[in-house]
Amino acid sequence: MSLEEELQSNVSVASSSPTSNCISRNNTSGGLKEHNYLGLSDCSSVGSSTLSGLAEDDKATISLKATELTLGLPGSQSPVRDTDLNLLSPVKLDEKPFFPLLPTKDEICSSSQKNIGSGNKRGFSDTMDQFAEAKSSVYTEKNWMFPEAAATQSVTKKDMPQNIPKGQSSTTNNSSSPPAAKAQIVGWPPVRSYRKNTLATTCKNSDEVDGRPGSGALFVKVSMDGAPYLRKVDLRSYTNYGELSSALEKMFTTFTLGQCGSNGGTGKDILSETKLKDLLNGKDYVLTYEDKDGDWMLVGDVPWEMFIDVCKKLKIMKGCDAIGLAPRAMEKSKMRA
Amino acid sequence: MNLRLPSKVLEHIISFIDSNEDRNSVSLVCKSWFETERKTRKRVFVGNCYAITPAAVARRFPEMRSLTLKGKPHFADYNLVPDGWGGYAWPWIEAMAKKSPSLEEIRLKRMVVTDECLELIAASFKDFKVLVLTSCEGFSTDGIAAIAATCRNLRVLELRECIVEDLGGDWLSYFPETSTSLVSLDFSCLDSEVKLSDLERLVSRSPDLKSLKLNPAVTVDGLESLLRRAPQLTELGTGSFSAELKPEAFSKLSEAFTNCKQLKCLSGLWDVLPEYLPALYSVCPGLTSLNLSYATVRMPDLVELLRRCSKLQKLWVMDLIEDKGLETVASCCKELRELRVFPSVPDLDATNVALTEQGLVFVSQGCPKLESVLYFCVQFTNAALITIARNRPNIKCFRLCVIEPFAPDYKTNEPLDKGFKAIAERCKYLQRLSVSGLLTDKAFKYIAKHAKKVRMLSVAFAGDSDLMLHHLLSGCESLKKLEIRDCPFGDTALLENASKLETMRSLWLSSCFVSFGACKLLSQKMPRLNVEVIDEHPPETRPESSPVERIYIYRTVAGPRLDMPEFVWTIHKNPEIGVSHLAIK
Repeated sequence: MSLEEELQSNVSVASSSPTSNCISRNNTSGGLKEHNYLGLSDCSSVGSSTLSGLAEDDKATISLKATELTLGLPGSQSPVRDTDLNLLSPVKLDEKPFFPLLPTKDEICSSSQKNIGSGNKRGFSDTMDQFAEAKSSVYTEKNWMFPEAAATQSVTKKDMPQNIPKGQSSTTNNSSSPPAAKAQIVGWPPVRSYRKNTLATTCKNSDEVDGRPGSGALFVKVSMDGAPYLRKVDLRSYTNYGELSSALEKMFTTFTLGQCGSNGGTGKDILSETKLKDLLNGKDYVLTYEDKDGDWMLVGDVPWEMFIDVCKKLKIMKGCDAIGLAPRAMEKSKMRA
Repeated sequence: MNLRLPSKVLEHIISFIDSNEDRNSVSLVCKSWFETERKTRKRVFVGNCYAITPAAVARRFPEMRSLTLKGKPHFADYNLVPDGWGGYAWPWIEAMAKKSPSLEEIRLKRMVVTDECLELIAASFKDFKVLVLTSCEGFSTDGIAAIAATCRNLRVLELRECIVEDLGGDWLSYFPETSTSLVSLDFSCLDSEVKLSDLERLVSRSPDLKSLKLNPAVTVDGLESLLRRAPQLTELGTGSFSAELKPEAFSKLSEAFTNCKQLKCLSGLWDVLPEYLPALYSVCPGLTSLNLSYATVRMPDLVELLRRCSKLQKLWVMDLIEDKGLETVASCCKELRELRVFPSVPDLDATNVALTEQGLVFVSQGCPKLESVLYFCVQFTNAALITIARNRPNIKCFRLCVIEPFAPDYKTNEPLDKGFKAIAERCKYLQRLSVSGLLTDKAFKYIAKHAKKVRMLSVAFAGDSDLMLHHLLSGCESLKKLEIRDCPFGDTALLENASKLETMRSLWLSSCFVSFGACKLLSQKMPRLNVEVIDEHPPETRPESSPVERIYIYRTVAGPRLDMPEFVWTIHKNPEIGVSHLAIK
């Protein structure tokens, strides 16, 4: 098989149509957490297998991992890696005269064993152990979700190396950098620091550019489990839950939202108790909000007008994490009703 | 028959050839052509300062008068290259000071330049005329003062978007009263205020001054005064306009602009208040280049300005122009060749502005000469890309930044493969391409096949597998610079296509899945490449197959470089890392 066909066949196991709303399964056992927000590759072709750590020798799973993509926070270690990539998912290439090929797993085993003690620090078996250690440490420390979420997870930020260059124009960088709550991707969008710094100083007085026009927009932050960056939405620009939901869906295009908002704007602003329970059982993501009391509630339990009045923040949570919210939401709305 | 031109004749003929690409071809014909060419080359361009040693350049081109160097990889602009990586100008300046004292022009981009470098330049090159530093850092205003004070025949001093340690505005006063040769002065990136009277006197005694770019510390009054003294300017970078508008100041300014009948390029305009814009109306009809990319002016005011710029060829603006503004541009600026639309809020929260793909579609429809595009937009569609490609097959540079990583066509939810396919297929002269949005491996198959003239390609958050890189490296015949970040390929395609890398200037990979072992292997097999692994962590702490953070690969005849910092790992600098486990005997 030519290289293309070979890679193609590997990819076909892993890839899925981006239009299908795949749901990324999450392993919540122990301290390991799946950080793949690119739902794409974890499609149904994997069945219901959860990727509980990479110690599994499941080749299909591993080559799926090959197509996963994760992003790191600024200053963080690069994305979570499948460090087994090359060893466990060999790609057999055609013999090309110029360049030696990647060896198969067997060859790696044998050559590594030959090399033990010949100036290389680790043999194959040692390497494997190192993998397990590296992976577990990477996974537990790899909490590059929002710093805001730090309260609920053990973020060991101190373990993350600072990859960002020390500010060249250190003072301007520091003064113009946004407050810590806003997570961003390093170097994205690709705008020169010179431009960012200049805009930051010249736009200080310009409210409009900051996104807070005086005409009564109501911006709240939206965060999503597994996504490396926050967004903001203007709640006043929607008239019902349906619009909000579809807007959020568009915004977090590679994610799946729970169907809490997709009553399709049929006028049903208050969701029934059963409906909410259905949501939590069926979907992996639900939309929650933090209200004025600081409680996290499921979106959809109060009329829209009341909702935009009390909503301070939005969060797209994993269904399993949100299970505890349901009873409270019920009670609160019962109390109000 | 053996035709041999006398060398004098050959020299004469070759002296007409300006393009370095042509000269490179000439030098490959035969030894005597090589010799003749090298002795007549005056303008030398080195695209990667580590590709060749300064001594070799000096030796080869004894008549060199102008040297242009580029240092750090392009992604250094976006903070992806840690401080201290390299790109030092010193070895070059030092070598040229000794071996090419007739050097007159130095242009540096993305390099580390120190005050010592600048002082050495000032001291060594007797007839020094041109210093242009773009995106450089490491020097202070003291170094600039040395240049100003010592270079008697200085014509051009331009600091473009440099990071300068600003010790005050005194540097300007170091231009001696006898200096009258200035043609171009650009200090727009400096913070400190210069003494207006010094600047006025300098401008007054420089009759050849054509280009003046002021820093934001220069006020409206200052600007007006300078314009009065230099009505011959063709390029102007204003100071800031944020002072409250006073009627007399406004009319004086208007008049000063009216007298600048040769003004072609206008930039600066930091936070210009809309009330000032009418002062510019008189120069609009003559403008060929307008940089509003730092101006927070909004729509109606922008349109009033732009609809008067019928000769405009180059427009840089922020997304505050919105689709409506671009529609006006499309109908009024028929000479437009280059459009750049920057985000006013350069982060992922930029969802508030009414700029969509339609804006670019308008311009592609209305501006027949459009050939260069840089467009930041939250999301895009295949249909728009296809339309743009159909409208403007003459596009040479197409850089689309869909700010939302992995954003599909928001109308159909498909990847943007089809759209970029259309661009690659129809724009046959495309030389530079940046892709974004949701893209599968297929997109790269199309690009590899059709984009035959693309020399520089930038990719981020795209593709599914090694196939994408394999396509690019086995296709893309003219590819010289490839930079990729956050894409999910591993070692296979890179190793498989290793030979391609010697035909390119450089390859940048960051946050991909290329392993350390592959880097070592590549390095071992390809001695004419420098394979630099830029990684915080020492390789011994990880298995060889673990992916590395960043890789910078470039061809070189200079061998391994000697100035690598500790976070750059190569098999030469770090022999302790051993040979690759992946090597087959």
